[in-house]
Amino acid sequence: MKNVKSKRGWKLTSIALGSTLMVGAMAIEVIAKDWGSHEVDGRRSGYTYMTDETRAVQDDNFENPGMLWVENGEALWSKAGANGKSCASCHADPEKDMKGVMPAYPKFDKRTGKMISLEQMVNRELVEKMGEKAEKFDSKKMLSLMTYIGNISKGMPVNVKIDGPAKPFFEKGKAFYYQRRGQLDLACSNCHEDNPGKQIRANTLSEGQINGFPTYRLKWQKPGSVHRRFRGCNKNVRAKPYKAGSDEYVNLELFVKWHGRGLPVETPAVRN
Amino acid sequence: MQMRKTTLIAGVLAVASMIGTQSAFSASHMKKYTIENDAINTSLTGKPGDAAKGRKLAVNRKKGNCLACHVISDLKDQPFHGNVGPSLDGVADRYTEGELRLRVVNPKFFHSGSIMPAFYKKSGLNRVIKKFKDKTILTAQEVEDVVAYLKTLK
Repeated sequence: MKNVKSKRGWKLTSIALGSTLMVGAMAIEVIAKDWGSHEVDGRRSGYTYMTDETRAVQDDNFENPGMLWVENGEALWSKAGANGKSCASCHADPEKDMKGVMPAYPKFDKRTGKMISLEQMVNRELVEKMGEKAEKFDSKKMLSLMTYIGNISKGMPVNVKIDGPAKPFFEKGKAFYYQRRGQLDLACSNCHEDNPGKQIRANTLSEGQINGFPTYRLKWQKPGSVHRRFRGCNKNVRAKPYKAGSDEYVNLELFVKWHGRGLPVETPAVRN
Repeated sequence: MQMRKTTLIAGVLAVASMIGTQSAFSASHMKKYTIENDAINTSLTGKPGDAAKGRKLAVNRKKGNCLACHVISDLKDQPFHGNVGPSLDGVADRYTEGELRLRVVNPKFFHSGSIMPAFYKKSGLNRVIKKFKDKTILTAQEVEDVVAYLKTLK
């Protein structure tokens, strides 16, 4: 098992202002935390917006409940499908063969001429190579495989291609991100770009980064897909959500993943 | 200050009549209001608001939910006040009743980039989910109740 404890130091700058006119001393403390690899050029993983307790759960492979799903995915890897073939029939060394896959998706797919998400790629393999049925994005089997594949790239920087044939799809995802929607008339950017770190009642807004997906959400008591999270956000602003696997969400996923470029894969991240 | 007078019928009757009777029907339920000097100076319903009801609406997560983004010390019995927007303490000292009313009805009148929803608007929105389609977040009387409550924050 890999050592996942990241080095995290603290930088503390404190400026104390004292005055005899004041009752006691007034201290202004400016605390800048060094988030190590969880912060890249000012972009911060959702990890940095969680409590110390939640971070500790993520960092401990024995406590992280998402690790059970990783183990389940590992077991499924060599399980034969309807035609007798398993994932391992073609990818015998997943720790090597799947390394770098999660940080690079969604990718441009020549066959369909549009972007393809990793779930969709897994489904294509399940159906065409193994004679299995396509899985829903948040089925137990899909989440197990996704969590396993993601975990293999843990620590690798998110690095999606947005140029060449991906460009128009990136632009569509970007337009989605900045478009207001729903009765509350909010764009993704209103919360996640303009106000990360602020409180919406008890909830701390994050940058909405997706480097930890599938993420084990304590609220869900299971891991969930990026598209499930998108649907939840859309419903929160009272907008009609799109379906998991829709072109709209795959394009949005490309943009949001790029938004967190360089952040490390944290699968399975643990969030509130 | 430049004098600005705009008469708005939220829901826009002309458009509504083009896209069917149902919209025209709901538009007819929107109260007309006049924006004058950056304010809506008369009650949307012609009746005064109820501050006690407004106080409850300010807390209610499915209604006004002012606490989602604003600190209100008067509501310190309620946990978790958000801090996306400014504190509403003393807001009645900073704005007149009419200015408060316009800020609740449509804060984007002042800042098009504002994160704050328009609480009395139902047209010009994108992909509203069925349950809330053609509905305002607050009814006209609820807007008045919230305004009456905000007026107590001195």
